[in-house]
Amino acid sequence: MTVLEIRDAYRTHGDGEAAVHALRGVTLTVRPGEMVAVMGPSGSGKSTLLNLAGGLDRPTRGEVSVEGRQLRTLSKRQLAAMRRRSIGYVFQDLNLLPSLTAVENIALPLELDGTGVRPARRLALAALGEVGLAGLGTRFPDEMSGGQQQRVAIARALIGERRLVLADEPTGALDSQTGEAVLRLLRTRVDAGAAGVLVTHEARHAAWADRVVFLRDGVIVDASRPLGQAEQLLGSAS
Amino acid sequence: MSIRHGLLALLHRGPMHGYQLRTSFEESTGATWPLNIGQVYTTLSRLERDGMVRGLPDDGGQRPYEITEAGRTALSDWFATPLTRADRPRDELSIKLALAVTTPGVDVQAVVQAQRTATMQALQEYTRLKTREPEPADLAWRLVLDAMIFQSEAELRWLDHCEASLVRHNQPPPVRSVTPAPAAERRAVTS
Repeated sequence: MTVLEIRDAYRTHGDGEAAVHALRGVTLTVRPGEMVAVMGPSGSGKSTLLNLAGGLDRPTRGEVSVEGRQLRTLSKRQLAAMRRRSIGYVFQDLNLLPSLTAVENIALPLELDGTGVRPARRLALAALGEVGLAGLGTRFPDEMSGGQQQRVAIARALIGERRLVLADEPTGALDSQTGEAVLRLLRTRVDAGAAGVLVTHEARHAAWADRVVFLRDGVIVDASRPLGQAEQLLGSAS
Repeated sequence: MSIRHGLLALLHRGPMHGYQLRTSFEESTGATWPLNIGQVYTTLSRLERDGMVRGLPDDGGQRPYEITEAGRTALSDWFATPLTRADRPRDELSIKLALAVTTPGVDVQAVVQAQRTATMQALQEYTRLKTREPEPADLAWRLVLDAMIFQSEAELRWLDHCEASLVRHNQPPPVRSVTPAPAAERRAVTS
């Protein structure tokens, strides 16, 4: 069972001479409990890939399925519902609403989806605890540090039963310790059974993933997974 | 770094015999530098010859060594002197890449990609070791591990840079290069 399946996806912007081929035949599957990092230079198609995975954009050709449902076959309403229920996003710019408190920001997708205010708040408080911010639920974004805001954004992405977590440079402007804490949170959720896709240009962060794929010019050029031979590596590091 | 200085640093804590030295050495470098017992005894006898350590009377079949005043001075000089680039081993990878771009018939992009995959795998393993460590992990071990993480990361950045330079150099860029570009186009991208 795969949570995300992208099959031979192409994405072209514009046409004729001016056509830009953002993705050219990308195939990628992510299983429950698996985190895949996507690396590549600017313009290699990383964000396009993530947008296709999250149903924010459609492929020009090829298929994208989330939890076995082909996104192409869903109506706009069904797609929006799936995005709210099954898919969690962490963006580089946090997209927190400044007029809502931390808990309100986190609960928003559930409330939009018809969950009652109380149960939504209860889940939001639990998610806030999960990211280590219990007690800061009534703060507004501008009353929190950058690292705390990022954690709120992550709590929003992890709330409820999200099976697919998509993160675009989630450690963006954070210092290395806070960035690591963010990765630890994503890793924990993935280890608990979600599927994760992490777009990053930092190899040190990509290394938290089970698999790293490299994109260049819209094509996956190589992929790596751990060897499970740490001791050998250490022995040869002299 | 030499094993000499490593052993002097350990003996600075107190007298030890060969096996204890080997174990402590591996513990404080997180097993990144395995020593065999022969290296330990050879180094100890040279240190003794140079007056840096002194053998003590046998202690149940094992002969402990202690550091001398000359040994302490050598150790403190070592800590006080920064390493120079020339002290470090030559980087085989950069030499390999430099030769790859100047040798006809070599698919340099394939060399870069294969290395990047291997280095990324190493980085994933180091990261896995680090995240597996309960907090707070042993500081010395964590710092050694971090050094390897940062080195792998630097190597990956350099490989990305090599790849970008190759692409600029060999326009139009082949996406999945199986056949190398003509030899005449291959000039060194690094100097």
